[in-house]
Amino acid sequence: MSKISRRKFITGGLVATAGVAGVAAAGSVAKRYGLIPPDCGGIYGPGETLTYAAQRLLTRHANAREFSRSMISKVPFANELAPPNDNFKRLQAGGFADWRLTLDGMVSQPTSFSVSDLKALPRRSQITEVVCEEGWSYVAEWIGTPLFEVLNAVGFLPQARYVAYFSIEPDWWESIDMADALHPQTLITYAMNDADLPVPFGGPLRLRVPRQLGYKSVKFITRMTVTDSMKKFGKGLGSASPEAGYAWYGGI
Amino acid sequence: MSVSFARAMLPGIVAATASLHPSRAPRHAALVRVTHWITAACFLALLVTGLEIVISHPRFYWGETGNSGTPVLFKIPIPSSRNTVPSGYNYVLPDQNGWSRYLHFEAAWAVVLTGLLYGLWGLWTGHFRGNLFPARGDRTPGAFLRVIANHLRFKRPDASEALSYNALQRVSYLVVVFVLFPLVIVTGLALSPGFNAAFPFVVNSLGGRQSARTLHFFVSISLTLFLLIHVAMIFLAGFWTRMRAMITGNVTLREERR
Repeated sequence: MSKISRRKFITGGLVATAGVAGVAAAGSVAKRYGLIPPDCGGIYGPGETLTYAAQRLLTRHANAREFSRSMISKVPFANELAPPNDNFKRLQAGGFADWRLTLDGMVSQPTSFSVSDLKALPRRSQITEVVCEEGWSYVAEWIGTPLFEVLNAVGFLPQARYVAYFSIEPDWWESIDMADALHPQTLITYAMNDADLPVPFGGPLRLRVPRQLGYKSVKFITRMTVTDSMKKFGKGLGSASPEAGYAWYGGI
Repeated sequence: MSVSFARAMLPGIVAATASLHPSRAPRHAALVRVTHWITAACFLALLVTGLEIVISHPRFYWGETGNSGTPVLFKIPIPSSRNTVPSGYNYVLPDQNGWSRYLHFEAAWAVVLTGLLYGLWGLWTGHFRGNLFPARGDRTPGAFLRVIANHLRFKRPDASEALSYNALQRVSYLVVVFVLFPLVIVTGLALSPGFNAAFPFVVNSLGGRQSARTLHFFVSISLTLFLLIHVAMIFLAGFWTRMRAMITGNVTLREERR
């Protein structure tokens, strides 16, 4: 071994050691500041963690673009839906008067809200784009109650880290971190373009998360749970999406 | 002029390297070789997964919005992996978007970080100025026409071209490094709802989300065309010599003269 290659070998070793130590240190810092997504394992974990961490550092308080009224799509596109289950059909027959959204988990007062209970809370309307991971999009006006108003009403506990939310359709559930849950544009939506939210678009209640892809905006929500860990839910990957092969974080 | 310069230097380079290893000359720096192959692997991953994602909606639009209910700018006449897309085919391809999206973004991270390393190294060492910016005598239209004429005649490259890029190569590589790669990254980022919330001027200046998607597609096509020509040229110029140079870093001059 010549002198030059030994020097290169030592330098390379030091760089590699510093790299490994750097990644380990970055990992523990990231964990402390909540920059690790629930689906951080596996071969795609590093890329997913980089995306989530970078977006949380750069976009935590950013607002999704809002559009003028003239930008509202003439043809909003309701994605395909499986036929509704009997429970849904029963509630639909009653004009959704008996529809309930239950908030539980790490809250001081677990509460069930009817649609009219939600309408009595502060209302927000926003014209934002629905962006599907497939590539298509449309702009609509969404009207509802900001999720943070509901969370404040039920008194979420300080150790809360995620809000999981469930559709009346089985195996359709998602979760978001508190940065999105407390974001002013995250809306429990009950109306769209000045009419009640149509069933194909998620009526009577849909959680709109405009800073993430459409699949995070679950339709027909009936339950929300505040939690400090997603490990206990499903396979522990954060939502139904990673269980079907899709990323938990839909900000990209 | 650079060609004649390199030709004049050739015996000197051979003499300088002769003591180390006869008839071998250094060609590509280690950092260029490592970043080249990481980029190649990432680009292939991005291309395959990008195609899979396109299949879920092979329709393109201009402006902010577009979906199966709106007119298209154009559509690719292929079947889709979603039955909501009016593709004209009566069957639906399997959905591959989950892992495709995971891998697309992981490969994007790898290629962006690799590209940053390469870019900083290239500025620091003068790689771009010395090896990629056309040499002074090659910056005339005449010099470019000569290189193009040689290409059209399928003239086997001069021995000196094993040691230095010709003007056309230099301009192509500069366009790839400083135009197409930055564009494909920016148009890709403009498809991220999180990124668009934080930096709305990027997607707005591209003409809206669907315009950004269409541009991302065309820049990817341009990069793919570059890849095809690049690989074809390597076969024409001498596959093993060029591959060996990009893997070991050395070019074997005797072989080059053959």
